[in-house]
Amino acid sequence: MAAGQQWVLVEMVQAFYEAPAYHLILEGILILWIIRLLFSKTYKLQERSDLTEKEKEELIEEWQPEPLVPLVSKDHPSLNYDVVTGPPSHRIIVNGKECINFASFNFLGLLDSERVKLKALSSLKKYGVGTCGPRGFYGTFDVHLELEERLAKFMRTEEAIIYSYGFATIASAIPAYSKRGDIVFVDEAACFSIQKGLQASRSFVKYFKHNDMEDLERLLKEQEIEDQKNPRKAKVIRRFIVVEGLYINTADLCPLPELVKLKYKYKVRIFLEESMSFGVLGEHGRGVTEHFGVNIDDIDLISANMENALASIGGFCCGRSFVIDHQRLSGQGYCFSASLPPMLASAAIEALNIMEEDPGVFRVLRDKCKHVHKALQGTPGLKVAGEPLAPALHLQLENSTGSRTNDLKLLRAIVDYSLERRIALTLARYLDKEERFLPPPSIRVVVTVEQTQEEIEKAAQCIREAAVKILK
Amino acid sequence: RSFPNQSSLTQRELHFDRELAKHRITAWSVCIFTSYSSFPPQNHHASCTLLYKKPFVESFEETPLLVAVLTYMGYGILTIFGYLRDFLRDWKFEKCHLAREREEQKDFVPLYQDFENFYTRNLYMRIRDNWNRPICSVPGAKMDLVERVTPDYNWTFEHTGNVLKDVINMGSYNYLGFAENTGTCADAASECTVKYGVGVSSTRQEIGNLDKHEELEKLVAGFLGVESSMAFGMGFATNSMNIPALTGKGCLILSDELNHASLVLGARLSGSTIRVFKHNNMQSLEKLLRDAIVHGQPRTHRPWKKILILVEGIYSMEGSIVRLPEVIALKKKYEAYLYLDEAHSIGALGPRGRGVVDYFGLDPSDVDIMMGTFTKSFGAAGGYIGGKKELIDYLRLHSHSAIHATSMSPPITQQIITSMKCIMGEDGTTLGQERLCQLSENTTYFRRRLHEMGFIIYGNNDSPVVPLMLYMPAKIGSVSRFMLKRNIGTVVVGFPATPIIESRARFCVSAAHTREMLDKALNAISEVGDLLQLKYSRKNRHGSEGTDCFSFLESHQD
Repeated sequence: MAAGQQWVLVEMVQAFYEAPAYHLILEGILILWIIRLLFSKTYKLQERSDLTEKEKEELIEEWQPEPLVPLVSKDHPSLNYDVVTGPPSHRIIVNGKECINFASFNFLGLLDSERVKLKALSSLKKYGVGTCGPRGFYGTFDVHLELEERLAKFMRTEEAIIYSYGFATIASAIPAYSKRGDIVFVDEAACFSIQKGLQASRSFVKYFKHNDMEDLERLLKEQEIEDQKNPRKAKVIRRFIVVEGLYINTADLCPLPELVKLKYKYKVRIFLEESMSFGVLGEHGRGVTEHFGVNIDDIDLISANMENALASIGGFCCGRSFVIDHQRLSGQGYCFSASLPPMLASAAIEALNIMEEDPGVFRVLRDKCKHVHKALQGTPGLKVAGEPLAPALHLQLENSTGSRTNDLKLLRAIVDYSLERRIALTLARYLDKEERFLPPPSIRVVVTVEQTQEEIEKAAQCIREAAVKILK
Repeated sequence: RSFPNQSSLTQRELHFDRELAKHRITAWSVCIFTSYSSFPPQNHHASCTLLYKKPFVESFEETPLLVAVLTYMGYGILTIFGYLRDFLRDWKFEKCHLAREREEQKDFVPLYQDFENFYTRNLYMRIRDNWNRPICSVPGAKMDLVERVTPDYNWTFEHTGNVLKDVINMGSYNYLGFAENTGTCADAASECTVKYGVGVSSTRQEIGNLDKHEELEKLVAGFLGVESSMAFGMGFATNSMNIPALTGKGCLILSDELNHASLVLGARLSGSTIRVFKHNNMQSLEKLLRDAIVHGQPRTHRPWKKILILVEGIYSMEGSIVRLPEVIALKKKYEAYLYLDEAHSIGALGPRGRGVVDYFGLDPSDVDIMMGTFTKSFGAAGGYIGGKKELIDYLRLHSHSAIHATSMSPPITQQIITSMKCIMGEDGTTLGQERLCQLSENTTYFRRRLHEMGFIIYGNNDSPVVPLMLYMPAKIGSVSRFMLKRNIGTVVVGFPATPIIESRARFCVSAAHTREMLDKALNAISEVGDLLQLKYSRKNRHGSEGTDCFSFLESHQD
């Protein structure tokens, strides 16, 4: 039952006691009238058509549906994917050319790690590949429990829960808590899986300007005034702020300390999506909470995928047991989907081991990020969007041609030019029509610890050349 | 779903097309189901019979009235005790094990309403030990379970360190027995791990489109007999992230009432209007189709842009098989599109293991969108969509999954490729074909024996998913525990996954089960059945309805 319905009931009972006698009599008559209507001959509006069978047949004959999908032209720029032959690791073969990888989110270079592979192999020897069932029905393996425990320990939270698909993690977590009638305050730049989670929750969504705390506070204040008008209703409407730690669409950092202040001031819960910042930010790679020194218990739910820094598959949520445990029966992507193949869970455990043993790797990554950010400055015609700390930057056109298609073509030409010169880049892809706020077209530049000084210089040089040549 | 009435069986044929009624042929289709029928029985003669090449026998025996009454009483008693326990917890007479909100956030709006978790707290918690049992081996025909004990009535579990060895696995969806840690599939997956690693760290559209993925997609298209296909990393997401790419505002989705959560979610996310038809009931579907076309969209009365029918091949909680020949005829007649989810049926049905289309001997091009998963029969993970080239091209551009989700792990991809080739016989052996035969043999045997023992089992005679009705909430936990004592792992399901009075145990037959294992399981089920009085079926006990059913079939054949 939605939260809103309970207070309606309470209010109704109270109103009943307060109402004057004539009002009750009037209501009584109305109820009698309704009962009369209920027992009179029923008809459905839709079915009360005067069409004869023949006319109906004609209508059915006449109806022409739209084609299932619109036709796609064969040379659509995004239709023919770049083909990667062999592993998508530091040296990657794209469309037959060996390149240095500046495109996969393999921040810590764990995709290629022998240790991770060995652990995955030994797991494969023990468990086979698939799990053949959801967690509830013999799909829980001991390695899943181990991984959950390890993640909780790593993040220093009470509990963690794993999903078998990164995208499904936050998209399932949001609707597990936020229901119809609840209010969610969301950053405009929030990633697509957050948007889908919000849509699935059917809650009331209020977008605030990207990283603009004043705008958020304005919305919170508006809500406070609204609440004062109807305090009984306010008591049951849950409120959430949903933000990303490091935005995948803009490469910006969220102002977490301010968010926490707002959280306590307006009593709103914070959900934090850390797919880009987990295993990247902070001294031990714990993400944006560690980066800002925010107490992790102040964040109600943290979600991240294990597909970037951990270079495995799947995602996890962590936080206090009071919050997280609820997903075990209410997280759709958790309950109704087959569980994560055990070899992928084992790989993630080994990746965590490596991260714990050598926290120095995060410093290395940070230095490389700063280096790349600096090296890309001053590229003619292109601007770098994002924090110097962000491992996945966006290169946007300084001057748009005015048409998205043309912009994309120009950027694609730069990507192709780099591919020719053994630097693998990619365009950031979006669903143009479905994105709530469509980010400007951009090239994604991803930093990993495996990239050497020279490689970074070479890449920056290559992009500069391309920009000069193509953007003129 | 209507409350069961006293007439024990309703037998009826589903009418289909007047044209077909003229033909007199011996093929027939019979459907015996009662608890789903609220439409008045209509007996149009021998109409849909032409569409079926072999008997289509599906039974949903009526819940006996006494059992239904007792079941409701059971829930009543549990609820009363639940309130009592809640009262005791509130007044601190009973220790409360629930995790609590932290002090700092006590004045926030509560994250959960108290009544929301009533069921979990007071009913589920009593029998929680029957789910999420951790396993520590291959989920094959036999598995090893981690032994758990609970010091506080299922609020927490501790592992004792012991392992329950060689538990016969009747729960995993391992239809063809490809959940293996040795053999060609495991070897190929190992090799692939060494070469590729386990992750991809990018999306298909960006830089995560591996040669392995393309190889898989070509193979899947060939396997299904369609022009093209696309693979995705998670079965659930294949539905929920692709349906929104296909329909939108102004489109109508007609969905079977028992469709999986992922289809429901996908339909909701698409923003289309959703109407639900009775489970596998073609009259209900046809009525919705006719009304939709005749009346158009509500209020505006504009014609619908397109109509999409969502059905599953095998329904995993009912064991029923979709009446695909009739659905296809309907969709052709009314020019709707058909989305077929073969999560459980791909690999598990049909003489060549190509799913429900193969089972009925139909043309795959009659199904617009062929969806399925790799989790079950192939012992891997993920899902696919197959269909015309235009459809797949469109999805490559517009699927949420292709653009925003990490692509499939290479060793998982390899497992699917190898197992699929084995089923197709492309590995040069007949091992795949043998598995298919074994599965169908096991299914027939297992279902027949359970039926003979007098249990009420739901679903189609050919479906490897076998739900056995328990009804009463108290029996859910005891069946699972008694079976585990006899070293057999079973799945039990209750509300909300099933209607409140239709709690059931579910067995998934596998090609990996030997006759010996099945016999052992059957004996255990029979023993537990006697102990808990689960042999509800009146067909067997009196013999009357049973013979009725078959004499009906025989008379019809003449």
